[in-house]
Amino acid sequence: MTHQVVSVKTYVLVFLGLIVLTATTVGVSRIDLGEFNFIVAMTIAVIKGTLVVMFFMDVRRATSLTKLFAGAGFFWMAILLVFVLSDYLSRGWLPGPKWW
Amino acid sequence: MAHSDATLTAHSPGLRHHFDDSEQQFQSSILGMWVFLLTEVMFFGGMFGGYTVYRNLYPDAFASSSKFMNLGIGAFNTGVLICSSLTMVLAVRGAQLGSKKTLILFLVLTLFLGCVFLGLKVVEYHEKWVDHHIPGPGFRYEEAQYFHQAQILFFLYFAMTGMHAMHMIVGAGLLTTLIVMASRNRFSAQWYTPVEMIGLYWHFVDIVWIFLFPLLYLIGRTK
Repeated sequence: MTHQVVSVKTYVLVFLGLIVLTATTVGVSRIDLGEFNFIVAMTIAVIKGTLVVMFFMDVRRATSLTKLFAGAGFFWMAILLVFVLSDYLSRGWLPGPKWW
Repeated sequence: MAHSDATLTAHSPGLRHHFDDSEQQFQSSILGMWVFLLTEVMFFGGMFGGYTVYRNLYPDAFASSSKFMNLGIGAFNTGVLICSSLTMVLAVRGAQLGSKKTLILFLVLTLFLGCVFLGLKVVEYHEKWVDHHIPGPGFRYEEAQYFHQAQILFFLYFAMTGMHAMHMIVGAGLLTTLIVMASRNRFSAQWYTPVEMIGLYWHFVDIVWIFLFPLLYLIGRTK
């Protein structure tokens, strides 16, 4: 069993991308964008995470089954956060006594 | 006789008999490792969920805490972890090419970078101790109106970075094991499954930090 080896250049490019994105997220955090600070920071984190998963963890070349499992993990994580937020963010929208 | 002796023995020495071939065995290991990583995603997910809830309940208190985090160390450590992911992937590449020297060199570098991260984490935890930012009876907070809410934030800070550091310590132990195995010629281009598996684990721990860093250090910086 021998695998197609990825070139060092690809890995170094991904690495440089990650470093640049880290510098960007630190830089942007010093500018007041209001609500967008959070959105920008999380977008950059998601891009960085995706780069690591796709290139360093090699999901890009993995079998379909592995891709499905990797995707399922992050999809379930999204369910967790979205359902929790849909509860907490919507509290108080309906009239009535405060019950929590 | 259906099988000749030749077909029974002509397979890679690392192949277990319940797999068709080495490729299938390798892919099964990768899938199994991902299943484990999914349980880790759910484990950290609980803490990220808790952070999400409390940050929505007390956005101002959480934002006020960012300025007490050591941004310099946090950002530097993010870079250290990204470097260690690069060295890890180069170690796996060395294993794929069957180069023992490259493999060991990059495993040692990865271990070293992991230790740098943990060492700086100790410095940060010590700062929190000195500043009385550890939740409990000794807790003090510069903005008195957020005293109770900020304790929740610092509790989450220690729970999340602490569990992350715990994973780093486990990772350091695993890397040490790999270095010993590699120096005993246990790996070859035909079989290096443990290197690949621990690589996946190491990158996962890196991803957790990629999310922890902005959430704990960056959000609310401008306030």
